[in-house]
Formats: sequence, structure tokens, C-alpha cells
Amino acid sequence: MITFNQFVFYLFSAIMVISALRMITVRNPVHAVLHLVLTFFTAAVLWVQLGAEFLGIVLVLVYVGAVMVLFLFVVMMLDINIARMREGFVRFLPVGLVVALIMLGEMLVVLTGRVFRLAPPPMPPAGYSNTEALAGVLYTGYVYPFEIAAFVLLVAIIAAIALTLRRRPGTLHQDPAEQIRVRARDRLRIVKMDAEKRS
Amino acid sequence: MSFSLSSLIPLLPEILLAAMACLVLVVDAFLSDERRAWSWFLSQASLVVALIVLWRVAGEGSLLAFDGQFVLDRLAGLLKAGVLVLALVAFSYSRPWLQERGVFRGEYFVLGLFAVLGMMILISAGSLLVLYLGLELMSLSLYAMVAFMRNDGRASEAAMKYFVLGAIASGMLLYGMSILYGVTGSLDLMEINRILLRAGQVDTAVLFAMAFIIAAIAFKLGAVPFHMWIPDVYQGSPTAVTLFIGSAPKLAAFAMVVRLLVEGLDTAQHQWRDMLMVLVVLSLLVGNLAAIAQTNIKRMLGYSTVSHIGFLLLGFVAGTGAGLAASLFYTLIYAIMALAAFGLIMALSRKGFESEELADFRGLNDRSPWLAGLMLLVMFSMAGVPLTAGFYAKLVVIEAIVEVDLVWLAVFAVVMSVIGAFYYLRVVKLMYFDKPIDEPVPARPVDVEVLLGGNALLVLLLGLMPGLLMTLCRQAVL
Repeated sequence: MITFNQFVFYLFSAIMVISALRMITVRNPVHAVLHLVLTFFTAAVLWVQLGAEFLGIVLVLVYVGAVMVLFLFVVMMLDINIARMREGFVRFLPVGLVVALIMLGEMLVVLTGRVFRLAPPPMPPAGYSNTEALAGVLYTGYVYPFEIAAFVLLVAIIAAIALTLRRRPGTLHQDPAEQIRVRARDRLRIVKMDAEKRS
Repeated sequence: MSFSLSSLIPLLPEILLAAMACLVLVVDAFLSDERRAWSWFLSQASLVVALIVLWRVAGEGSLLAFDGQFVLDRLAGLLKAGVLVLALVAFSYSRPWLQERGVFRGEYFVLGLFAVLGMMILISAGSLLVLYLGLELMSLSLYAMVAFMRNDGRASEAAMKYFVLGAIASGMLLYGMSILYGVTGSLDLMEINRILLRAGQVDTAVLFAMAFIIAAIAFKLGAVPFHMWIPDVYQGSPTAVTLFIGSAPKLAAFAMVVRLLVEGLDTAQHQWRDMLMVLVVLSLLVGNLAAIAQTNIKRMLGYSTVSHIGFLLLGFVAGTGAGLAASLFYTLIYAIMALAAFGLIMALSRKGFESEELADFRGLNDRSPWLAGLMLLVMFSMAGVPLTAGFYAKLVVIEAIVEVDLVWLAVFAVVMSVIGAFYYLRVVKLMYFDKPIDEPVPARPVDVEVLLGGNALLVLLLGLMPGLLMTLCRQAVL
């Protein structure tokens, strides 16, 4: 008999494995990205189940919310030749299988506990919030490095803009203010012409 | 945890500078090109005010903030004041150069201010994390400054090299730091020192971490065999940026060596002295020999930097208090000399004529005896001719190394500086004994004229009366 907790775990794990598989097998790259989003989301659910709610939230906010949306943009804008990308699938299969087997072996070594003797981490007491704990460390003890990191990011933004912003004359862009201010007589010239005589 | 605003007082110069940098950034966005000088003026004003505030804040003992993550001791006070003054002078030298080439943009000053902020944070770092972040803040700003003349192919190439190699160095530093953290379980440098001291003998893992850290330090300083970026970056960057990179960051790098090796890894002193000795020997050898073969004066000064770094590290190899003080003195003198040398190159250049080939200095004495005289002083000082500050700086470093019975190293350093004298004196020979080229010396604004003269004469003055600065250096490292 499995508990409710286990049921949730197996359900979401199954969804995650299936969506991960679909991600690499579907033909349409946009569908693949959407499957990847589903994979991330279910992984976030599993993290929340483990009590790591902060990691779960961050995964949804950063990866699903920001990174994958960017990914979708890129995928939609690039013209990807799917047939060519699928060509290598069989050729690279042996290498992929070897990598997968090595990973499986490593996981078995760690998880079976002969070498590392893992004990499950102690469950935190009720009402414990690791978001709060992280914030406590980040905004008190380490507030100084935190602020400096903010300045590092600011410099990165300034540098990126300073190095890439070019004012190119002659580009075609809309200026709504100009568009609104325009009047008919600026654009339209009414020419009076005598009617043609029927010959 | 209790917190009061007064505990932030030691950080006032940094806070002020950060706020001003943001202000300049915003103000600059609303300025028209004719009024761009306001950005320059605001940047200079913020450096001056930060210097005054630093003067008021820095006390006798060492002030701590944020549980020792921030340290304002005498060393930090002296180095920060040095960084602020060097940046101030560098900004003044750059203004006419940038205006003439149509790249007088606010970003140069904003990024420069952030680089100064990073240096100050690095100088005052009391923990590995803060040290790394300060270093990154400084380096990121410098990368962008190198690249900021976007249409210049050589500058872009230099920026790429600087960025990639700098990133590798940062990665190495992080490797070293993470191993050190793994061994000691602390990020605080004082705490790390205490833990290692308690452990007694030096752990292999600590040595492993130290090797990474020293490699990163050598990268940032530009010591052989991690010097490859220096000549390319010095030559490729716009001269206004070379001037900035060549002066103030050396002070910050000195502080980085002191914080990491002397304060954090004091227990492994024997080992790091040996490692640094290898760097010193190679830097003196390669720097001086390669500089002889150069025809571009910026590249030549790049290689000469490598050899000066060798001298600078000699004081650390001595490992004594006197050695540290000598090293600090050498760093300050070197920064002043580099500032004057690049300032003079900029003063001689105009749009379309960068005056960066050695041949461009031919017959300078006939064209402008005043500038030729200043350049003569700077070159003599770099070569270590007596009566100049460069001579005295070399003397105290060698004295410190002789005191710990490393006579062979002292002899080697002297022989190498005699070889080095060749390429400095070649510049003097070109200026005084060759036929002048047909190129008028451009006019200079008054502030540049005064600062440049003062800067070069300071090299002579500090050579005649090194006592005051030397006393400050001794007090700073004790």
C-alpha cells in the first residue's frame, strides 16, 4: 500500500519522465520546448514535495518564466531544419547510451549506499521555511557581498548597452508621436486635372 | 542581530562613490554633447569628495564592518587614497584625448568610477567572497573600457583577449578559494589564518588551493608565465584606457596579494615564497628581454610592466615586514611612473597621429624641450637611475631581499635592471640625439599641463626625499 505522498511522487515522476522523453522525440521544436517546460514544472513540484520550496519556486520563476520563454523566442525566430537535426540520432545513439549507462552506474554507487552511506536528511520542524532561512542569511550576514553583486550586475548592463547600442540612421522604425501628428495635407496632394475629352 | 547605521561609517567613501557613479550615469543620459563635460566634472568631484571623506573616516587602528568582511586599516587607507588620486589624474589626462577623437562619452567615466569602486572594495576585503566580488567589479568595468571604442579592431581584439584570460584567471581564483573554504570551513581571511595556524603543519589541500590562487594573482598582476595579455592589451587599448589600466589597478592587485597570501595564508609562507620566487625570476627575465625587441612604446611599456611586477613581488619573496613595505613603496612609485609615461604619450598625440611608435619620439627635444625633459625623468626613473624615485624603490626592495640572504636573487635583479636600462635609455637617445620628425606638438589644456609637470617632477622629488612616503608605507604594513 502506498501513501499519498508516494502516490504524488510517482505520478509526477512519471509525467516528468514521459515529458522528458517526448521533448527529445517530437518533431516540432516548439512542442519540444513546451515539453521541456512541463519537465521543469514537474521537477519543481518534486522539489516542493521534498520541502525545498524556495528551489521549486525559483525553478518555476526563472527557468519556466524567463529562460524558456527566451528559448521559445529563439526557436520560433530561427528556421531550424528538423530533418537535418534528426539525421544524427541513430549515429550518436551508441555514445548517448554509454553516457546514460555511466550516469546510471554513478547514481547506483551513490544511492545504494555501500560507499557513501547516505541517510535521508532530517525532516525540518513544522513551520520551517527555507525561503526565510535563506533570506535571513542573504540579507543580514551577507548583505555586503549581496550589494556588491548588485553593482556587478549593474556594470554588466551598462557595459552591454554601451558596447552594443548603435544609433543607425535610416533604419525603418515607427514613431507613434510623428504618426499621430501627421495631417492629411502633409501626405496627400490633391491635383486638379481637367477631365479628359472623349475623342 | 543588532545593527546600527553608525557601523556603516567606515564604508562611507565606497557608498558615496557608488551613489555618485549612479548619479553620473543618470545625469549623463540627459546631457547634450556640448555639455558632456559635466559628466567629467561630476566624476572628478566625486573622486575628490570620496578622498576627503576617506581622510575623515580612516582612523589610527583598523576599522571593521559587516563582521570583518570589510576592513579599513592603514594599508587600506593608503592604497585607497592612492587609487582615488591616480584615477583623478588619469581622468584629467584623458579628457582632451577623448574630446579630440569624438569619443568623449559618459560611459568612460561611469565605468571608470565603478572600476575605482571595485578596487576600493578589493582593497578593503576581509573575506574571500568580498575579495572576489571586488575583483570582478573592477575587471568587468576595465574589460568594457578597453572595448569602448567599438570601431577600432585592435581595441576589440585586446578586449576579447583581456576578457577571456581574465575570466580564466577568475575561474582559477574561485577554484582555489573553494578548496580553501572546503579545508577551513570559513570565508573570513582572519578566521582562515587562525584555523590554519591551529592545525599546525600545512595541509596538502591548502597547498593545492594556494597554487590556484597564486596562478590567479599572477594572471591579474601579469607575472610570467601568465603575462600574455599584458602587451596586447597595453598596445591595443585606447591610450586613455591603457593609462587607467596601467596605474590604479596595480595598487588593488598589491592589496589582493597582501590579503590572500600575507593575511590569509601566512602559515604557508615558506611555500608561497618559493612559488613567487619562480614568478619573479621569469618575469624579470622575460619582461626585460622582450621589451628590447619592441618598436611600439605602449607595447614596450607593457613588457616593462612585467619586469616591474617581478620587482614588486621581490618584496613578498623576502617575506619580512621591511620587504612588504618596500613592495608597497615600489607599487606606488610604479603607478606614478606609469601614469606619467602614458600621460606624456597622450600629450604628444593628436587625432590621426597616436605617437605610440618609438620612432615618433625622434628629436622630441627640438620640438618640445619641456616634454622631452619630463619624459627623460620618467624613463630614468623606470630604468632606476640614481636620484629618481625608481632608483630608491629598487634599492629598498633589493635591500630587503639581501637581508634574508637571497643574494643571488638580488644580483639577478640588478643584472636584469641593467639590461632593462637599455630600452629606457633608447627612448632618451631617440629624443635627444636623433633628427626630429616633422610633427608639431599639440597644445595642452592648463590642467593637463600642470598635472603632467607635477606628476613627472614628483618622480624626481620622491627620489630625493623618499622618507615621508616610505614612513607611510612602513606604518601601513605593520
